[in-house]
Parts: sequence; structure tokens; C-alpha cells
Amino acid sequence: MRIAVIGAGVVGATCAFELAERGAEVVLIDRVGIAAETSSRCEGNLLVSDKAPGPEAELAIHSNARWRALAERLDAEREGGQPETEFEAKGGVVVAFPGGEEALRRFAATQRGIGVRAEELGAERLLAAEPHLSPEVVVAIHYPDDAQLQPSNATQALAAAAIRRGARLVVAEVTGSRAEAGRIAAIETTAGAIEVDAVVNCAGPWAGELGRRLGAPLDIRPRRGVVLVTTPMPQRVFHKVYDADYVGAVGSGDATLQTSTVVESTPGGTVLIGSSRERVGFDEHPGVDPVRAIAAKATRLFPFLEETILLRSYFGFRPYAPDHLPVIGEDPRVGGLFHATGHEGAGIGLAPATAELVAHAVLGAPTSLDPVPFLPGRPGIGAAA
Amino acid sequence: MTRVAILGAGPAGLAAAEAALAAGAQVTVLDEGARPGGQFWRHRPGLTDPRMQHGVRRFEQLQSALAGAEVHSGAAVWSVEPGEPGEPGEVGGAVVLRAAVGPADGARREAVVVEADALVIATGAHDLALPIPGWTLPGVTTAGAAQALAKRDGVSVGRRTLVAGAGPFLLPVAQSLALVGSTVVGVHEASRIGALAGGWLPKPWQLLGKAGELAQYAGALARHRIPYRVGSGVVRVLGDERVEGAVVAQLDADWRPRPGTERVIECDAVALGHGFVPRLEAAIMLGCEVAGDRRGRFVVVDDGQRTTRPQVFAAGEVTGIGGADAALAEGAIAGYRAAGVAQDDQRLHAALRVRDRMRRFARRLETAHGIRPGWTAWLDDDTIVCRCEAVAKRAIVERAEVPLRAMRLATRAGLGPCQARTCGRAVEAIVSEARASAAGVAAAGETVDGSSSSAQGGDVGFDRRPLLAPVRLGELGGSDRPTNGEN
Amino acid sequence: MSAARNARGSIRSTGATGLTAVPAAVEILVEGETVTGRAGQTIAGVLLGSGRVAWRGAQHGERGVFCGIGVCHDCLVTVNDVEGVRACQREAVDGDRVEREVRE
Repeated sequence: MRIAVIGAGVVGATCAFELAERGAEVVLIDRVGIAAETSSRCEGNLLVSDKAPGPEAELAIHSNARWRALAERLDAEREGGQPETEFEAKGGVVVAFPGGEEALRRFAATQRGIGVRAEELGAERLLAAEPHLSPEVVVAIHYPDDAQLQPSNATQALAAAAIRRGARLVVAEVTGSRAEAGRIAAIETTAGAIEVDAVVNCAGPWAGELGRRLGAPLDIRPRRGVVLVTTPMPQRVFHKVYDADYVGAVGSGDATLQTSTVVESTPGGTVLIGSSRERVGFDEHPGVDPVRAIAAKATRLFPFLEETILLRSYFGFRPYAPDHLPVIGEDPRVGGLFHATGHEGAGIGLAPATAELVAHAVLGAPTSLDPVPFLPGRPGIGAAA
Repeated sequence: MTRVAILGAGPAGLAAAEAALAAGAQVTVLDEGARPGGQFWRHRPGLTDPRMQHGVRRFEQLQSALAGAEVHSGAAVWSVEPGEPGEPGEVGGAVVLRAAVGPADGARREAVVVEADALVIATGAHDLALPIPGWTLPGVTTAGAAQALAKRDGVSVGRRTLVAGAGPFLLPVAQSLALVGSTVVGVHEASRIGALAGGWLPKPWQLLGKAGELAQYAGALARHRIPYRVGSGVVRVLGDERVEGAVVAQLDADWRPRPGTERVIECDAVALGHGFVPRLEAAIMLGCEVAGDRRGRFVVVDDGQRTTRPQVFAAGEVTGIGGADAALAEGAIAGYRAAGVAQDDQRLHAALRVRDRMRRFARRLETAHGIRPGWTAWLDDDTIVCRCEAVAKRAIVERAEVPLRAMRLATRAGLGPCQARTCGRAVEAIVSEARASAAGVAAAGETVDGSSSSAQGGDVGFDRRPLLAPVRLGELGGSDRPTNGEN
Repeated sequence: MSAARNARGSIRSTGATGLTAVPAAVEILVEGETVTGRAGQTIAGVLLGSGRVAWRGAQHGERGVFCGIGVCHDCLVTVNDVEGVRACQREAVDGDRVEREVRE
């Protein structure tokens, strides 16, 4: 089966890898190259701690387990010059300031109800786990399953693994498609037409526009997120540490600037500080407001950061659907067209389970996941048949 | 009254301030240095040997003029943004600058917010030292460092210094080193006689602006018995824990070392200056058009030093490497124009004439001394290219085919504390060469990357920096009220 | 013969410009050791004047000053417990405590 996977971010690369491994003839197409946009402009979070019980939490838990084996395989088959995924099962610590105790404890209790490990740390264990944390913190929940990787490198590794399994990378922009008997027969690109049996739309925040070019528009929009990077330093942050205000904010419909604090060290010695959320289209001038807002909250969490030098900031566009659930599965309008997008800020974490659902939809591969909540035909996505 | 902000207090910024003040503007100058002067007039009263300073009278005039301006020295300007005119009481104007002001890299410096109706970007340039095997050894510095340490601090890094690179700037560096007591064991100019003749012979007095200066440097070299070699360069620095010597070789017209011409020169310091890199990040942050490629990328300006952004002007080395006289002329034009003076006003005439003459000088400079592509031949695979993150050439070549952004993240080249200011152009050249070699064509000069279909990764290589200067997280907050013009 | 002594010599020779023949000194503590420089020098200037050429541990060996104008960040030191200070940019103040930084 000839499958075009469009978009070489983490979702596209993982789908290409999964489909190629299952014997499909895969062409991975991107207008710039591998990990050129969202997947190199994010934090590499593999989180279960921020998910309330529901379909996305199921996806996250499933993906989290799969990433461990996947990262090990990718690192093991690494070839000359290819970077490591930097997968690290460091665990997350979610903390609350006075006033936030009960909300955080209640949230953790609901998560334990679906099998997420979430353990409250006493003062002594917290001090041992994160000695530089603000003494103002009153509750801390440890999520041992939260993990981190270097998203750009991991995407490179996935694409390389797909290519080793026969996938072909084409750097070109998709301009349209040709249908035969109601099914996509070929896609038109700036590098010529490519005949296909199936197409997977993994264009992230541009998936709506790509859908339109393929005759199947989707309501997928960009959410801008800014991340700060400090100068390298001796390690002072040992887990992924979140302010509990992260919880509940991801799905907010508010368009104005919001931030929730995530602080973590990287193997390079820098500290990553996330992140903001703004619904401002593809605006590429975040200005100083998100940077200042993130810095203010991060220094409250870790007072030593006051004197830490900020080296740079970056931003990316996260794709989201109006109901904030990923969009995964066959398009009800165009035969042979599948979508895998709308992962918002969780695409890295959700990629393996997404690829599993795509392999299920395209090739009929088995899955233990319930695909129904993510189908593009659900109301409000603009794809209902 | 027109509020003019000037970013940088070197020759261009000072001339802009003088002109804008003369035209009646309210002027605010922000500069990272401890005192005005920039690299050209870098000094410290009580330490600087006056023989190293040129155009001192002009500098004194410019400093006197500054009395009418608000001057923030020691200002780490970390952001410049378009303002939002038309909202009374809010931060407005054409531009808003934010700075942390105080001792260099201090904690809890004062937050300064400046809003202005016009901005002159006069951020200058820094030395470009190309990577060389062994260049991370203590004792290797840029030529600019040797000059700054001699002028500002009255010290030299070593007792026997080898000066190498390209361009007339190497001559005052050698002179300064001699004046602070270091023996200069040689000045090695990479360009060959042919290029030098092509660039300079028609009008040699344009070298360094004035014939007098040229003669003075020639005299200084002779007086200190400093050998001057052309078509020659350092291709390896030797030493265990610090510089013990350097290998020099003859270079061909493309700066490729000629096999068999290597010889070892004993020295304990090497000062390298292969050219200059303009400091473009403020212009890029504001969205000013930048033209050129890694071999020479500059802010685009019109005859009135206007950039492509309204009310934003640029002067000095950010618009082309032309030396102090060009910077002074451009600064004056930019200052008048920013203050609202018409282009055909007679006050601009003299500066316009000098500027046009110095543009020809800049072209000669590039023809004679511009970096040639063969330099990469002196690199080993394991030569560190990115000094901050210790990334070797091999790693960059191995990832050259992926988008520039992904290459950086994979190798960490250019991701360290200097944010690719030191290695950016070299990394771009290596990537470009590796891609061309993979494609079986000669390395082209154009953009390294289409990086992003959007403008984000853009066509400015590594020169886009979302923070203009390092700043501490605790210094980002504070009031948003503009602090200029309060008195 | 150190560079500083050389430099001082040249300063003396220019006394006519108003420079004092015996410049004021500045004393800083470098890793606990008192180091004397000339008033107004940067920390890098004081360190070089005292014969030190490298003072930061990098991934492959020691580093000192490289660009000298605040661009390269090779010369970083900790000053009075504040990390990441560019020695070439910071003017030394009497009593400054200067410590090495090491990049793992």
C-alpha cells in the first residue's frame, strides 16, 4: 500500500515509522524538512500529570508506556551523527501555593482513579527531591511516569528509523490532489504528482489548510506558545516541576495570554521554562509580554531563577480543535484521506498512540485504544460528512 | 518635540546623537559600554594610552554634545519593539526599548523603558575570528580583544603575540600590542598582493580613511620591527594548556593553505581578526529588511539611512563595514533624518558626500580583504567550531542536510551562551559547503536555509535572536512606564 | 616581565596627558587569593595583569578571554556570588570576590 504522510513533525514521523514498519510503502512529505516547525519549537513533554480522566488521558497513558520502548529502540539503532532522543523518565512534581492545595489533591485523586501514579510528597521528601523549590509551596504531588525527551532530535530519529524501513522523504509543498471514484489517487506537490492509495494529514497547525487543499477542510487552529531557555548551569532542578495552575488551563477557551509554569533542566545544562498560550493566529511577534509573565511565575516557583541569565526564548504554534481533543482517523468526506492532528501542546507525548490509531485506521492494524472519541467526523471539527 | 532613541554610542551613535540634538530633538542614548565611545573609542580614563586613540578631538566634541541627551551607559538592551501609537497614557511611540542598566551582568539592575518617535540603530559590529585547530587554547583571542584589552585595560594577553587575519584593522591592533609591551612576532594578512592591489591601488589613500593614518601604522610596524606578510595565515595553534606557538602557511587566492609552506612561529598569544560581523539582532527584531548572505549580511537603508521600517534608521557597521569615518557620516545623516530634518537640507550635505565616498571604500575593503571560501580547508574534522558548546566540525557536517534549526538542536552548535554570535557565520559556511558537496556543486553564497516556510527561521541565518542581550529573569519585571523624558 | 608592568611603563611615559605616574590600585579576591590591579581595570584586565590567562573550566580545557568585548561569554566568572559575569565587561571593584565557573 502506497501511503503519503504529509508533515514531518513528530506525529508525521511516528506515523511514517509505524506504517513503514508494518510494510507500507511510505512517502514522508514536508515543505521544509524534518522537525522544522512545531516539533522543534516545544518542550518535549511526555506527561500524564496534566490530563484529567477522559479519552486524552487514555491516549497519554498508552503513549507514555510506548515511548519508553520506542526511545530505547531509536537510540539503539542510531547511526553516525544522529543525536540521541535524550529520553529521560525523570518524573514530574506538581506543586500548589497556598489556596491551591485542595484543587490539586482532588485532581490527583481523580487521576489515581484511572491508574495514574500520583503520590503526595511530605515536606522532607520534597526538600530532598527539589531542594531549591520555593518554601511557599504547600502541596507537592509526584508523578513518576512523567518523562521528557529532546523533541527535535526524537523526530529526527523517528524519521531516520522510518527511512531505514523503506520510507522516502520528499521535501515539497502539497498543492492539491487528484481523485478517482471518490478516493484520493494522487497528491500534487511542488515536486510533481505522487500516486497514492492513502494520505495521512499530519500538518499540525497547518492541517486545516492542507485539508482544504485536499478537498476536506478541518477546523484546526494555531495556539502560540513561548518557552524560555536559561544559560547553562550546575543542575538545580531535578524533575519536571509544574505550578498546579497548569492543570485545567490547556483546555481553556480564553484567547488572552495565559501562562502556566513548567521548569526543568536539560542535558545541555540549560533550564527550560514554559509556557504561554495565546490564540493569535500565526502571529510571529510574541513581544515581551509572554516572556515577562513566564519569568514572573517561574521565579516564584524557584527563587534562585531571579539571578539566572535568560539566554533566549522561542515560540511555536500548537494545533488545536475546537473541542481540544486530537483529530485522528479517516475523513468522512474524502476516501483514502486520514487525519492525525489537533494534539495541542501534547503532540510529542501522544505521538506513539496516535500512530497506532493511524495504523489501525489505514491498515486495519490491531489496537487496544478506543478510536471513536478522536474521529474527524465528530461534530464541531468541520469534517462531519 | 521629536523623541529620538539611539542604540549604541560608538562613532555612528554619537554622531547621530549630536545631529539629532542639533535639530532640536529630545535624545536618549542607550549603550552597553561603561562609557560612550564604542569599540573605536573604547577607553578608561587613567588607563588608556592616548597614542592608541584616533580622532580624539572629534570624540571630545561628540561627548560634549551628549550633555544635552539622556545617556544610559551600562545598558543591556534586551528588547526593542514597535510601539502602539494612539493609546494615550500607554507605552507608545514608534519604538519601545527595554534595558537593564547597571554594572555589566549585575543582578537586579535598574529597569529602563524608553519610548521614542524614531530610533537610530547604531549597534556596530564585532570581530569575526574564523575557527582554527587549537583556537580554544587560552592565549588565542580576537584581534578586537587584543585591541580592547590594550586600550581599555592597558594589558596584553601574551608577551609574544602573532596577529593574523585580514584587513587594515590588524595594523592598529599590532601597534597597540606593541605599545602595551607585547612583542608582535608578525602580522599575517590572508589576502594576497593581487587582491590588495585590486582593492586599494587605484586609491590607496582611502585605506583607513586618511593617508596620514596609513603612514603612521606603516611607521609603527617599522619602528617596532614587526614583520608584515600577505597571503599568509595561521592554520593551527599549538600548545598543551595554553598557546605555545602557531603554524602559519601561505594561503592561495581562496585562502586555501598551500601544502609544504607551513612553518612554526613561537608565541604565547594569537590575535585573530578575519573580518567583522554586524550586530543585526535589534534590526531583525524590529522587522527591518536585511540583505545579503553569510558572507555579508547588512541592514538595508536608503539614502537617508532609513530602514524598511517606519521611523527606524540605521548607521555604521550594521549597514556595511566601512570604518569610523563612514560611521560618523552615516550617524549624522541618520540623526538629522530621525529628528525630522529633510534629506535635501544643507546640514546633511557634508555628511552625504563623506558617506558616498566611504561606501566606495567599503567596497574596496571587501574586494581586498573579504573572506574567501578556502578557509575551511584548514579545519580538521574534530576542530571545535562552536566554542560555547564545544561542537566539532564533524558533527555539523553530519547534520548539515536537516533544516538549520533542527541541525542546531541536534548538535547544539550556536545554542550556547553567545547565541552563535561567535560561530554563526562559520557554521553557516560549513553547512553550506557540506550541502553543496553532497549535491555535487560548488558552495553558493546564498541563504543557507529556506528553514521555515513562514518568516520565523527566515533568511537571516543565525542572526535572529529573540533576546538582544542576556538579562536575568528577575530583571524582566518592573514597571512598564517609559523612563525617558521624565525630568 | 608581566604585561601589566610593561603597560605601566607606557603609562608613565605619558604623564603629560594628566595620567598619574603611580596609578591607584584595586584589590580583588580571586578564589580567596588577593590580586591587585590598577583602578578602573576590568576583572579580565586584573586577571591578565596578574599573569592569569585562563580562569574558566570548559568542556575541553580551560578558557580565558577571547573576544574581549562581551560577545563570546568565554570569560565568565562568578562575582560576589552572582554567576555568569563577563570578566571583560565588569569593572573590578575593591573587595570583589571572583570565583571560577566550570561547565560540565
